[in-house]
Amino acid sequence: MSQKIHSHVFDNGLTLLAEPIASLESAAFTLLLPTGFIYDAPARVGVANFACEMMLRGCGSRDSRTFVGDLDNLGVERGESCGASHMSFSGATRAANLMPALAIYADLVRRPHMPADQLEAGRMVVLQELQAIADDPAHKVMVELRRRHYGDPWGRPSAGEEAVLESADIDEIKTFFATHSRPNGAILAVAGKIDWETTVREVGKLFGDWKPIDVSPPSDGEHRRASEQLDHESNQTQIGVAYNSVPYNHPQYFQAWGAVGALSGGMSCRLFTEIRERRGLCYSVYASHHTLRDRGSVLCYAGTSAERAQETLDVLIAELSRLAAGIESGELDRLKARVKSGLIMQQESSSARSGSIAREHYLLGRVRSLDELSKLVDDLTCESINAYLAANPPRDFVVTTLGPASLELPDGVS
Amino acid sequence: MEFREHRLANGLSIVAECNADAHTTAAGFFVNTGARDETDEVAGVSHFLEHMMFKGTPTRSADDVNREFDEMGADYNAFTSEENTVYYATVLPENQDRAVGLLADIVRPSLREEDFTTEKQVIIEEIGMYADQPPFGADDKIRARHFAGHPLGRSVLGTVDSVGALTVDQMRDYFRQRYSPGNMTLVASGRVDFDKLVDLTQRICGDWEPVKTDRQVPDHAAHHGFETLTKESATQEYIMQLANGPSATDAQRFAAKLLVVVVGDDSGSRMYWDLVDSGLAESASMSHHGYQGAGLFMTYLSCDPENAEDNLRRVGDIFRRVESEGVTAEELATAKSKTSSRVVLSGERPRGRLFNVGLNWLSRQEYRSVKDDLDAIDGVTVDQIAAVLKRWPLSKSTTVAIGPLATMNSQQ
Repeated sequence: MSQKIHSHVFDNGLTLLAEPIASLESAAFTLLLPTGFIYDAPARVGVANFACEMMLRGCGSRDSRTFVGDLDNLGVERGESCGASHMSFSGATRAANLMPALAIYADLVRRPHMPADQLEAGRMVVLQELQAIADDPAHKVMVELRRRHYGDPWGRPSAGEEAVLESADIDEIKTFFATHSRPNGAILAVAGKIDWETTVREVGKLFGDWKPIDVSPPSDGEHRRASEQLDHESNQTQIGVAYNSVPYNHPQYFQAWGAVGALSGGMSCRLFTEIRERRGLCYSVYASHHTLRDRGSVLCYAGTSAERAQETLDVLIAELSRLAAGIESGELDRLKARVKSGLIMQQESSSARSGSIAREHYLLGRVRSLDELSKLVDDLTCESINAYLAANPPRDFVVTTLGPASLELPDGVS
Repeated sequence: MEFREHRLANGLSIVAECNADAHTTAAGFFVNTGARDETDEVAGVSHFLEHMMFKGTPTRSADDVNREFDEMGADYNAFTSEENTVYYATVLPENQDRAVGLLADIVRPSLREEDFTTEKQVIIEEIGMYADQPPFGADDKIRARHFAGHPLGRSVLGTVDSVGALTVDQMRDYFRQRYSPGNMTLVASGRVDFDKLVDLTQRICGDWEPVKTDRQVPDHAAHHGFETLTKESATQEYIMQLANGPSATDAQRFAAKLLVVVVGDDSGSRMYWDLVDSGLAESASMSHHGYQGAGLFMTYLSCDPENAEDNLRRVGDIFRRVESEGVTAEELATAKSKTSSRVVLSGERPRGRLFNVGLNWLSRQEYRSVKDDLDAIDGVTVDQIAAVLKRWPLSKSTTVAIGPLATMNSQQ
């Protein structure tokens, strides 16, 4: 498959990435703005997320109604979120509408109005986001797990803390924006039916004169990882388990990731087979590799009725511990097949590609081609994965539970 | 892009949208059966049976089925709705035969009692999971109330009691009655070798024995009403409303789709500006669902319990206003842009086309290309939307609320 990923770094530090895909009619963008929740002051977690909400309420020459109306008329399917390191703004539409859409987003990240008279409406939006999570135990348990596993600032709840959302005023939000929104460290990725020369020229006009600002990276707070069981009135008990791994830029990342691929990902994987298929303990169970730029983890989830929760946790921990003994060649072959198909399937979605190349550039500092990625995966061997596992067996688990059951935590849990 | 179709002597239909430029191939068995085809005695059997299809065949164990899908790197799954059950996989084109062969094998399952007993526990966990998530079962409650006594009022999941009491023999009977080749369609999209597809299907499925199947499509009178269910542990109040709308075969369904974008899309709609942008509700949106012989407009609202009554009144005001004044040409033009863009984006993936082609075929034995759908959207007028509202007023609805509130004023 012919594939070319272009990149350009503007003088102000903004990275532009582009992957033309001739077979598509659409084009998509992902804009990562380095203003995530790790930049919130330790006692003010939630200001970044509140700022993200306020940024959507008009920018440049548009008030909030024309902002939404113009994007709708361009047919832009869009989304935004406030993550750990970045706020993410993404959209997809017919290729001809990409540049007009990007012009609106240039206003959004450079000239948002954040109108004071809409502060209370915005506050209600972000507070209700918290309420929605409180009503969704499967979501909530993973928020609480990350908090206990990563600590501050990486394990903060992305929606923010209630007291901060209730007390933030418009000055605090505008100040956060003014002192953090910047081109240096921002990544704009586009994919689909696009032309590189035009893209780099037009993006230069929209973002080239944006002034960089210095922002100090946040430092890690004191943190002792610890398990915790939280009470919740529900039928099921939710179980989250986390342990340390390596990040994406680590030389053994693919070994670590390949090991998790034996645990979870397809229906023949270990957790699905042992917990759901053989024992019928759960409907939903998974493990996934979660990577930040400088650290990685494996996060696992299972939801089950209270009386079966202990057995579910015991089997889950036993399977994680058994992984240290290594994986088999059949498991690796299936993982490779899954990755190969997955990479090709991504080529049929401009949004999937723009998101992938943006994230990869953040994590690695460059983007690997699909051929390079395929080769890395093809070159994986059971020996290398098992050597990694022997030296780094899953251990020091942090467990968070949410529900009516109080569980006995197995050995090896922090 | 080329549409092909073929029917085996036993009645199994094969339809495909073949796109030589696609990178992948999607295929699936679409079975014309779901909750509406059940009786009280077997409530939930369609969905339970969907799970059992992955538990093995006379020549494959459950482990074999999962392993073989994973060996192909397939992206595969299944779902059950009120009227369809669908088993599907997306694979690289070189795996077309293997994927279709495997799908064709699993839809003739062994239905072993031991697997049935284990999987029953998984289904009961699934029911428990949904009961813990918004809207905490209110979706089943409102459907039962709105369709009172009509087959479309049935729950897809069933209940812990109905699934608990189900026997493997009842499931085998249901399978024999509903999975007749004439009641199934093999659908494919993306890069498809159609001649090979037909040959393979003939070899594997040609001896499936047909039995007569039918479906009850009774008329239904909507049973309007208002019910408040109390769930003290919930933080927010969740409110659903159902109103009748055009069915899956009704030509007015395109106007209905655009109407819900104007009134209740999750961004930029009348409900969005009044309720979501203002922060009065966490979410407020509307969708249209067409079935055989019936259709629904579904409204979903979640908010702080304190605002629930006021928000519901606001929704009522929005409905009454659009019924009396209609939508503007400008609103309609925006709705067309959004909807067309969605059609184009989902049409780029063989998986997106698979569901479109398959569900159109099941509903109407009709093939519609992306262009056909774009033209239909483009052709909708303000007057056609007014006609939809006249025939199916949004304000004539059934409401169920669940959350901390003990009572709610039903005057909207």
